[in-house]
Amino acid sequence: MGRIEAKFADLKRRGRRALIPFVTAGDPDLPTTELLLAELARAGADLIEVGVPFSDPVADGPVIQRASERALRNGVTLSALLGCVAGSRHRLEIPIVLFSYFNPLLQFGLERLASEARTAGVDGILVTDLIPEEASDWEKILQANAIDPIFLVAPTTSDARLKQITGRTRGFIYAISRTGVTGAREEMTGAAEALVRRVRDCTDLPVAVGFGVTTAKHVRDVWRYADAAVVGSAIVQEIERCGSNDQVVRRVGELVRRLLRTEDDGA
Amino acid sequence: MQAADGVNRLVSEPDEFGHWGRYGGRYVPETLVAPLEEMTAEFMRAQGDASFWEEFHELLRDFSGRPTPLFRAHRLTEYAGGAQIFLKREDLSHTGSHKINNAVGQALLARRMGKRRIIAETGAGQHGVATATVCALFGLKCIIYMGAEDVRRQALNVFRMRLLGAEVVTVNAGTRTLKDAINEALRDWVTNVHETYYLLGSALGPHPYPLMVREFQSVIGREAREQILQRTGKLPSALVACVGGGSNAIGLFHPFIADGQVRLIGVEAGGRGELLGQHAARFHAAPGSGGHLEGVLHGTRSYVLQDEGGQIATTHSVSAGLDYAAVGPEHAYLHDNGRAEYLSATDDEALQGLKLCAEREGIIPALESSHAILPALNLAKRLTKNDAIIVNLSGRGDKDVQLIASAEDTTA
Ligand SMILES: Cc1ncc(COP(=O)(O)O)c(C=O)c1O
Repeated sequence: MGRIEAKFADLKRRGRRALIPFVTAGDPDLPTTELLLAELARAGADLIEVGVPFSDPVADGPVIQRASERALRNGVTLSALLGCVAGSRHRLEIPIVLFSYFNPLLQFGLERLASEARTAGVDGILVTDLIPEEASDWEKILQANAIDPIFLVAPTTSDARLKQITGRTRGFIYAISRTGVTGAREEMTGAAEALVRRVRDCTDLPVAVGFGVTTAKHVRDVWRYADAAVVGSAIVQEIERCGSNDQVVRRVGELVRRLLRTEDDGA
Repeated sequence: MQAADGVNRLVSEPDEFGHWGRYGGRYVPETLVAPLEEMTAEFMRAQGDASFWEEFHELLRDFSGRPTPLFRAHRLTEYAGGAQIFLKREDLSHTGSHKINNAVGQALLARRMGKRRIIAETGAGQHGVATATVCALFGLKCIIYMGAEDVRRQALNVFRMRLLGAEVVTVNAGTRTLKDAINEALRDWVTNVHETYYLLGSALGPHPYPLMVREFQSVIGREAREQILQRTGKLPSALVACVGGGSNAIGLFHPFIADGQVRLIGVEAGGRGELLGQHAARFHAAPGSGGHLEGVLHGTRSYVLQDEGGQIATTHSVSAGLDYAAVGPEHAYLHDNGRAEYLSATDDEALQGLKLCAEREGIIPALESSHAILPALNLAKRLTKNDAIIVNLSGRGDKDVQLIASAEDTTA
């Protein structure tokens, strides 16, 4: 059993739902990312998504776009990023999922990427602009290296496609909460719940909801109907606010603890 | 011509998912799959619907002024001293470039689909102007994304778009050129997917765009083929066209694909140097150029200028319309199977081409189209007067006059 499957099985046994924070690797710099990964786990994250910076992130809103730009300005490469994951691994047991666009992976070489990611301790990879129709080689390569290919579903995904996509995903399904790019929001729409209900008709895999999940209230709302909530832009925004300030690790840890605190009603 | 690998060089059709061999396809966020499928289905229905094509051709005739002439360029022919040179006068199209052909076709499709909000990207501003024009014609809301650098260097077209009632959104992200305008248009589309039609301006992007844009632009090649046969009684020796995303080139080339004796020559932007960042020559193989690499950008798999980390490269060209890191997937396919050849022309060569054409033919071509001129003259020199070459004059140069004037200022 992979780390992701084991994690969700354990959560299920304990009647709990998961929080998945997202950080862009190399923002503000890779040594800080390594500290952030450890702190996220200490603060109670159940899985972590690590963003691979890309020059043209078409699925991202301004906050994650800027994080990507900062990381690239720091010269972050995929090798260095995997080194950072490997460096964190002895301090954290929770699953790590890479969140990337396809071109940097393609250029690195898919076989090489899968094998080096496995060695570094990556458990799943989610590629924003890779749909199952284009992914048959990719799936084979990941599976040969015991890494879960995670596909996304969106409110616009037809029932027929949901069946196909859920059939090819391992680990968990990533449900996009609304049509749009990543970014913090005041309100979540009802589209996510309707989508998760349709996904449940197709599969028993755990479902994570992301895009726009910003506050503790959103997290609890998502937990009513889904297995995991992904919080991206809200965390990246906090990192941006701190700049290279040495408080960044503590502040991000506090934010995650606030997101997990059940009595907290505010942001 | 059947090669050992089973590729027939005399056809160039994608599979049902828009793949030309290993290129093309759909590399998009899941949210966009449904609208792309809907668009593909509607396009396929339209393709089999005679009334759709009737309206398309009627608009191209009465609104856009087609057919465009095939002009025998006597003085350029004399200058080269070899093959006869013909210019396909897309510059005489309404709005000043070939971009109107595709804009009319896709606007008709958007109307069939009941979409009333149109978005588009633009580099040189020609596609933006064409889109703003058809939106005015059909009474559709129009939003154009344009990089800040292009807004600066193509100011005249920004003003034209606004006159036509379009909203022009300046994109300040990334390199502030065509690539970033496409990023922003895609983000808009993902967000407003239900009511929006994305009217993409070149033969790139996810399926069905490369196929669809080619079909609308093929009117160029069909006319040119008929015209040259009428004029010279035989097929030309070569076709020469500039290649940004590749729509004017594929539009001219495609109706000649099966004519194996006709050389198809695309000209990319050589910019001001061979190093990565100095040009937009995707097929160029020089070390350090970042060229000749396969990649995925804006929904399609093709040749993409990038660094070793797979980050998309900054490009440079004096012409905004060729200043882009990827090339349409069908060109990648035609490159690999050898049916088409791809050269490059530098900024300076393009300016020389523009001047020759202006001084010897009384035609000021767009800087994009100007890239095709010197390579065509060089080829003509090596051929005889029994040969003919067609150069696609994809657009007119009014939009560039200011830029050329200031370039001369700085070099004077
Ligand atoms: C006049 C003209 N020619 C050529 C191009 C390049 O595009 P494509 O390669 O799609 O023809 C442009 C793009 O803006 C243009 O305005």
